[in-house]
Amino acid sequence: MSAATLEKSDDKTREVAQTRALIDEVLEVYPEKAGKKRAKHLNVYEEGKPDCGVKSNIKSLPGVMTIRGCAYAGSKGVVWGPIKDMVHVSHGPVGCGQYSWATRRNYYNGTTGVDAFGAMQITSDFQEKDIVFGGDKKLDKLVDEITQVFPLAKGISIQSECPIGLIGDDIEAVSKKKSKEIGLPMVPVRCEGFRGVSQSLGHHIANDAIRDWVFDKADYEQPFESTPYDVVLMADYNIGGDAWSSRILLEEMGLRVIGQGTGDATLKEIEMMPRAKLLLLHCYRSMNYIARHVEEKYGVPWFEYNLFGPTKIAESLRGIAAFFDDTIKEKAEQVIAKYTALSQAVIDKYKPRLAGKKVMLYVGGLRPRHVVGAYEDLGMEVVGTGYEFGHGDDYQRTTHYVKDGTLIYDDVSSFELEKFAEKIRPDLMASGVKEKYIFQKMGIPFRQMHSWDYSGPYHGFDGFAIFARDMDMAINSPVWGMTKAPWKK
Amino acid sequence: MPQSAEKVLDHAGLFKEPEYQEIFERKKDFEGGCGAARVQEIADWTKTAEYREINFKREALVINPAKACQPLGAVLCASGFEGTLPYVHGSQGCVAYFRSHFNRHFKEPCSAVSDSMTEDAAVFGGLNNMVDGLANAHALYKPKMIAVSTTCMAEVIGDDLDAFIKTAKQKGSIPEDFRVPFAHTPSFVGSHVTGYDNMLKGFLTSFWDGRTRAEVSTPTININGGFDGYCVANNRELKRMMKEMEVEATIISDPSEVFDTPTDGEFRMYAGGTTAAQMEAALNAKGTVFMQGISAAKSAEYVEKAGQKRVSLNCPVGVTGTDAFLMAVSELTGQPIPASLELERGRLVDAIADSQAHLHGKRFALFGDPDMLLGLTAFLLELGAEPVHILCTNATKEWTEKINKLLAASPFGKDAKAWPGKDLWHMRSLLATEPVDFLIGSSHGKYLERDIGTPLIRIGFPIFDRHHHHRFPIWGYQGGLNVLVKILDKIFDTLDAQTEGTASFDLVR
Repeated sequence: MSAATLEKSDDKTREVAQTRALIDEVLEVYPEKAGKKRAKHLNVYEEGKPDCGVKSNIKSLPGVMTIRGCAYAGSKGVVWGPIKDMVHVSHGPVGCGQYSWATRRNYYNGTTGVDAFGAMQITSDFQEKDIVFGGDKKLDKLVDEITQVFPLAKGISIQSECPIGLIGDDIEAVSKKKSKEIGLPMVPVRCEGFRGVSQSLGHHIANDAIRDWVFDKADYEQPFESTPYDVVLMADYNIGGDAWSSRILLEEMGLRVIGQGTGDATLKEIEMMPRAKLLLLHCYRSMNYIARHVEEKYGVPWFEYNLFGPTKIAESLRGIAAFFDDTIKEKAEQVIAKYTALSQAVIDKYKPRLAGKKVMLYVGGLRPRHVVGAYEDLGMEVVGTGYEFGHGDDYQRTTHYVKDGTLIYDDVSSFELEKFAEKIRPDLMASGVKEKYIFQKMGIPFRQMHSWDYSGPYHGFDGFAIFARDMDMAINSPVWGMTKAPWKK
Repeated sequence: MPQSAEKVLDHAGLFKEPEYQEIFERKKDFEGGCGAARVQEIADWTKTAEYREINFKREALVINPAKACQPLGAVLCASGFEGTLPYVHGSQGCVAYFRSHFNRHFKEPCSAVSDSMTEDAAVFGGLNNMVDGLANAHALYKPKMIAVSTTCMAEVIGDDLDAFIKTAKQKGSIPEDFRVPFAHTPSFVGSHVTGYDNMLKGFLTSFWDGRTRAEVSTPTININGGFDGYCVANNRELKRMMKEMEVEATIISDPSEVFDTPTDGEFRMYAGGTTAAQMEAALNAKGTVFMQGISAAKSAEYVEKAGQKRVSLNCPVGVTGTDAFLMAVSELTGQPIPASLELERGRLVDAIADSQAHLHGKRFALFGDPDMLLGLTAFLLELGAEPVHILCTNATKEWTEKINKLLAASPFGKDAKAWPGKDLWHMRSLLATEPVDFLIGSSHGKYLERDIGTPLIRIGFPIFDRHHHHRFPIWGYQGGLNVLVKILDKIFDTLDAQTEGTASFDLVR
């Protein structure tokens, strides 16, 4: 080993030791029992290990200010809510539906309140008497009223809030009865917020509801004119139009997208999953369950892809094409070639402004790993990452993306994330709205990576240009030069 | 290819490009929709009188309500006390929602913790969560007080906060003398303003119960703003006016600092707020003014029982509202209303006189919280404008009586109707069948503006899609001026837009 290499590896060792010391420092503040538990969720990634060395998908500690949400958020907010031609009833008290009303930016085309019901808050608004006497009768009546005021609705889902499971309501029985009466699919979803440890169980429950109340009730005997190139684009929630800037590439490479979901999806498109030749899975965490089911029951394979940044996009388009014949493979190459000039122009413009900048990520589903490549395409480095509600398989997959020495934090508390950022001083923090203003006060540039900070799309080649522009705007805004009064310098 | 590095198009422009429009067309083949003609037919029908009748028959289904749930209000109230950590006992998702709701409105951090109850707590109760939660929150966030409220989960299973907090103290989670004001805040009763009231009462009882009142001789009063999306600016305006009057006023629950901290390199989890010492002294004040009386009914009752005079106003906006507020303070304290405030009053009247011709007879629909609707309606009436549809999802009986009385007292209120307990889908029918010139309400009104075409003036909570409105007061004569300008700006913008292709595009108005 040369002296230079040795020195470099010494630097690395020192850096890792510093990061470990930082973790210890943060843990010291906890009461003993809590500190021991949290220690299992924080680590430094070591190259060559099969996972990130953290425990995950475990209950959040009481009182620590977890950033996580609940099962209702995972079902209504993520999986079911975006299906646009169904009415999704937030069943229970008024709050859950109110706070999640149109805040996730699941874009859709349609006439809201007429043939699309996305940006709406539809609720049974439980009162004390509903808690005492049960809400099934109210639900029964509510379904009739939906058919009267929304005659073009294609189905109804019942998104359970906490009280439903506690007061013993039988929403399944009501759904079966009413579905027959009104002649529309009804989907009861047991996504009460107290179930599980995060949004994640809500995704799973929502997936199971698709299996039990959509696929098992749909008529797949009906003829369908299929082609060898039929795919369903799934687990893309079309935030700021992500699914659309993905779909354009799939169509350009000769695939026929027979269903898209759940962003900008109709119920009919969801029913298409078993008809596809290949399921294209964007957010593994939130819809792998139904993908596995469709594979097992209907023999349709699934493929997990990543359309963030030109490197991963090219890799993914080739990966998708590998399932098809040479025509598609050739077209995939043509698509990659077609967009190379755009991506290069974006990189040429923004990389000089962003190269070497350090990023800390803390997001949900797939983004703590999937966006790493897009940052790297711009010459940036991800120095810390973690999942709000990831599982072991997410942390395994993360190893393909992160570098040796990356700080890993699972279900990070507000306290931990602030302490980490104070010490690491990243050039960009990329997380959610609850974190945004905290880090900006600290003088750390920030982008929301759930809602794309009201921008987007970020998927696909078209999205990469927006992603690069936005990261540049955040990091190179003149505002960060004004945080200290000049007379204090 | 529509995208380029030189001119990056985001969603607002990108999807209008032909490449994407073609995708949308092709996608329709798989959507199973009913076709544009049928959609238009139904869209038109939803704006008819026939639809309105069906819509108003709804008994179980609630669509786009203008209210949130109790613990949201509890979190806002608790945020207004010095060094206080809002703590919500129950499911954790609720707290994520409360925090993001305030983040989106104030564009500021919002700190609150949950004790993350799950299935086992549903079966055995949430005592263990409280014991661990208080210990962790206390160790990590070093608060001076922790203010506990509840989610509906904890309420349905019947957890007893008083007993749980006592047990947690016995188990050493927090010191015995550590103050933990608390309130049960079931989300299936009332709304966010009820939760605010319950939490406020929790603070008052925590500080005042068991103590004897000794009224001070100085001109000292308390003021509470209630659930107020403009608390940052309104509370500062209240303090300024009280200084002008030489009145010593304690704002009980004052989040004006914590929701307006500087960007200077330091994150302040706690900032400002009513101190414990102020709260103790507040018992001896001459009285308490509730700026939003309907929304603070229980607290007001408690204050009266404690031996204080209480004044319950209804979100005073404009000239007569501010007059009433200042006169009430003057009566409580014996302090005269100074010339400086009279001058401000005169300036607001001057502004109204300058603009009255553009306001007179304009027809308005309004939605929002009960007290704010009373305040805004009173202001519209004094401008010579005509409130027409006044819709309050979280109305109380008191509200309905008061608003009807207010309307009956003015010739400009003769066409108005109050709609207690209705939602914004009802409002859609009202606007479609009985059109008005302008709509006043929160950001949620933007869908009505898009659907019906009624221009929206954003006053209320939450304001998500416009920035920094909460930094400008709506109370006091200065606040009245702000509201006046908000209304006028929309009136003039709308007029200018309507003059497209005509000669009426006047430079001077």
